[in-house]
Amino acid sequence: MLFKIANLTHFFGGLKAVDDFNIEIGPRQIIGLIGPNGAGKTTVFNLITGFYKPTGGKIFFDDKDITGLPPHIITSRGIVRTFQNIRLFNTMSVLENVTIARHYRMKYGIAAAVARLPSFRREEHVVEEKAMEYLSLFHLDAKAYLPAGSLPYGEQRRLEIARALATEPRLLLLDEPAAGMNNAEALDLMHLIKKIAEEFRLSIFLIEHQMPVVMGIAEQIHVLDFGKTLAVGPPQEIKNNPQVIQAYLGEGALQ
Amino acid sequence: MKTSHYALLGLAGFYLLVMVTSTLGIMNDYVLRVLNLILINIILGVSLNLINGYTGLFSIGHAGFMIVGGYVAGFMTTLLFGITRDTPYLQALPLFLVAILVAALVSAFVGFLIGLPALRLSDDYLAIVTIGFGEIIRVVFNFITFKKKVGDWELDIGGPRGLLGIPPLSNFTIIFLFTLFTILFIRNFVFSRHGRACMAIRENEVAAHMMGINITRYKVLAFVLGSTFAGIGGALLAHFIQLLHPTMGGFTKSVEYLIIVYLGGMGSISGTIVAAAVLTALSEFLRPIGELRMVLYGALLVFLMLKRPAGLMGQREFPFLLPERERKSYAVQNR
Repeated sequence: MLFKIANLTHFFGGLKAVDDFNIEIGPRQIIGLIGPNGAGKTTVFNLITGFYKPTGGKIFFDDKDITGLPPHIITSRGIVRTFQNIRLFNTMSVLENVTIARHYRMKYGIAAAVARLPSFRREEHVVEEKAMEYLSLFHLDAKAYLPAGSLPYGEQRRLEIARALATEPRLLLLDEPAAGMNNAEALDLMHLIKKIAEEFRLSIFLIEHQMPVVMGIAEQIHVLDFGKTLAVGPPQEIKNNPQVIQAYLGEGALQ
Repeated sequence: MKTSHYALLGLAGFYLLVMVTSTLGIMNDYVLRVLNLILINIILGVSLNLINGYTGLFSIGHAGFMIVGGYVAGFMTTLLFGITRDTPYLQALPLFLVAILVAALVSAFVGFLIGLPALRLSDDYLAIVTIGFGEIIRVVFNFITFKKKVGDWELDIGGPRGLLGIPPLSNFTIIFLFTLFTILFIRNFVFSRHGRACMAIRENEVAAHMMGINITRYKVLAFVLGSTFAGIGGALLAHFIQLLHPTMGGFTKSVEYLIIVYLGGMGSISGTIVAAAVLTALSEFLRPIGELRMVLYGALLVFLMLKRPAGLMGQREFPFLLPERERKSYAVQNR
């Protein structure tokens, strides 16, 4: 198993934000995570990527325990995420945004940078080409030298995914990638995500609010409500699960 | 010819111009003195910019590191090596360079001691800790007066009187070369993967962390590098004005360097150079009006901050300071 969470639990003070969460993700699987606002979806992401240390439970990647490691180590192991509210390096260029994702794969030291040694030039040349490849994949190469903050919303979303991919992850976590998009745009994005998942042989774990979107690409969906797992199953089953409908639409929706 | 060649030519021209005019007496000692002070302020400003401007930290104790470097170097040349103003320059120079190196290392070490615990916490703590550090250093140098006879020397760094009789070893050539070194070092650092990591932390710490950057390591690195160059600046200053006084490490002096950085532009080496030149020269030109000087100085700062809140240069650089690749980037040119 590529990725596994066992009995993950997290408290914020007295509030149980995540309650006994379990999941297994195999290679090249796309798994969805849905649930009403405040269900604990983003908290699960924060626990996986090391921004929070879980109160209880274990997280395994490649059969190794990665529970509680800091985010930059998690990234170097091969898990990376995007953020619900876009977090780009706004005044830096689009190209620089992507080259930062390659930072931990580069080797040259401070002395090489200051003295502009050949290793500096070689690596910088390689990283620029590599970053350009990722940008052209997302049709952002023409804007490589513009500040990232100057891009329109949709392109900022794409840049964030391009930047995440540039770390060469094996598991990509997407936190509401289609937030703020209309249905057509969201579906376009989902096709793109599906395409890159195949191309890069990625596993994807995504949070999404727009049902048609997540139904279209996820093999399996986990539903969270008040930190508890409400249901797990393929999209069709989830769509007709009375408990899920109740959590989303409230009591009485079934009558 | 490439832009960098023009820059090199310009620098050589500037150096020769100053050397020729000052030896011939066309440029008087006062102007040369102001010029040297500008260069030293550039060293301190650029190094503080690495901490506050590029990495987005908030250090308010830069003068503290400056004076640590100053005292270390001053102690070594004056008391340890026993250099006086009568010592032949060529004999004193290597010892002076050793003193500068040790001053840089000690400042770096002190920076590490201060930075490591403070930077593991959130950024606000650094501001508090560095204010405290500056004041502690001031008080410590105020009280250390260990008068000890060691052989023929009397070890005494002066306490509240200050360390006097430091030999005038910082001449224009030395200061000019160290200023160039500082600018080139920090410019090359900033435009590399290490500098990008620092700027990413400034732009968005959470995202930088997720992109695989060890943020604590880079914050401490930027802080230590900045402190190192502050120590070098302090060593040069001590051997230029030939005295050290504990108050030079205090809060007021640190604010002067902060003003240079913020007026010039956070994250702009060019801006710091311009601001250091403008502010240093301005405070000299305004000398005739006496006390009113500080009033005018303050009013000017308020005016500039209202008109140009991002500083004179924003985050822009003069083209000759930009590496070739960055020169074609609109983001770098216009940010």
